[in-house]
Amino acid sequence: MAAKKTRILIAKPGLDGHDRGAKFIARALRDEGYEVIYTGIRQTPEAIAQTAIQEDVDFVGLSLLSGAHNELFPRVVDLLAESGAGDIVVFGGGIIPEEDIPSLKDRGIVAIFGPGTTTQQIVEFLESARESS
Amino acid sequence: MDLVTEVRRGNLRAIARAISLIEDLEPEAEGLVDALYPYTGRSRILGITGSPGAGKSSLVDRLITLERQQGRKVAVIAVDPSSPFSGGAILGDRLRMQTHATDRGVFIRSMASRGFLGGVAATTGDAIKVLDAAGYDSIFIETIGVGQTEIKIVELSDIVLLVLMPGAGDEIQAMKAGIMEIGDIFIINKKDLPGADKLLTEVQYVLSFKSSAAGAGREGDGAAGVDPKDIDNPVLMTSAARPARAVHEDGIEQLREAIDNYARKIESSGRLSEKRHFRLERELLGILNRKVHQLMDVHIEVSKQLPEWADRLYRRDSRPYALINEQIRNFLKERTGD
Repeated sequence: MAAKKTRILIAKPGLDGHDRGAKFIARALRDEGYEVIYTGIRQTPEAIAQTAIQEDVDFVGLSLLSGAHNELFPRVVDLLAESGAGDIVVFGGGIIPEEDIPSLKDRGIVAIFGPGTTTQQIVEFLESARESS
Repeated sequence: MDLVTEVRRGNLRAIARAISLIEDLEPEAEGLVDALYPYTGRSRILGITGSPGAGKSSLVDRLITLERQQGRKVAVIAVDPSSPFSGGAILGDRLRMQTHATDRGVFIRSMASRGFLGGVAATTGDAIKVLDAAGYDSIFIETIGVGQTEIKIVELSDIVLLVLMPGAGDEIQAMKAGIMEIGDIFIINKKDLPGADKLLTEVQYVLSFKSSAAGAGREGDGAAGVDPKDIDNPVLMTSAARPARAVHEDGIEQLREAIDNYARKIESSGRLSEKRHFRLERELLGILNRKVHQLMDVHIEVSKQLPEWADRLYRRDSRPYALINEQIRNFLKERTGD
């Protein structure tokens, strides 16, 4: 009778208040059948990591448009690992310059989705990440 | 890791995992719940219910702060509806409680209703047991925004807080039969909005019927001018949204006191133990029903045979009760045969 649902935390670290993208993704993923937890804007990496653990999510999606992604995204990955939750897959989105993507991937952000990404692309990513885990 | 030991030790990851196993109806969930059960019964379980937008999450947020000032550990289960179409959900209640996200003495978990009607999820009761066994002093259960019939919360909590807001005043009369009956403590939130005083009067009026109908005697007979302090169910006015204009006027501290007083009162009067007995009865009945259902499903393969049964009825080959009675008879015969 097991009915495993995929749970995803959509979080906005840092100080920008633009959450249209985050809310769009949250709604799109709900419509694809995922359970999406949304934290609201201006979250610290510590709050995001703790929320991810308490909510027992499979994924954390970080949305950021302020330019602080190089500091804040890897910090979330590190905090999760420190709490023994390194198995939670972290991905990101927002305004991320092309040249920053390789180093973010090196530091544990599994995928980066820029403007123009379709829901389908994100769903494909989530499904293939779930299968390989 | 041994989940039971780790949950009891307060390991956050273990607590979160245990709740997921229960939510996902994993086979090991039953054993887990039973293993934790002996360590439950210590938490105060508070249900928060009310219409969408009444301010349930904001109230919980404020109450968490007061509980923490008393050094009490707090857990929250916030339930939001699942989409009946996709099965997905957006769980946004904790947005209003994120100031507590890094406090190790606060555990907040969002839960999707996953198709269960009644304002909570089918597995909320078992999730409460995990938090109880993990040693949280207070557990808040926030229901989805409810109307009149989503009253399952009464079967899960020691005390039900019903949150109302001005603007829905005329509907109070209609609510008499449903949701007004399940509240222990009534909260009129957004007390600065016009109509709050009128709502207060209406709530007190409806409650005066309730206490006289219950034959409570000393509570008065519903005459005009009933002092709210004499009514068994406290009615409070609050303004939960931050920032309150003046902290001492927001009514939250008074609410906390009312909760503590009410908790003491029901404990000393034996009402709490009565409520918990009732809850256990409902819970056992629920498990029994589910098990019988599963057993029938496996043995008579209900879902597989259903189309054929329906077709027999469609062709007027059989009759509804005769058909089902026959199936049950066959099932019982087979079972006693082995």
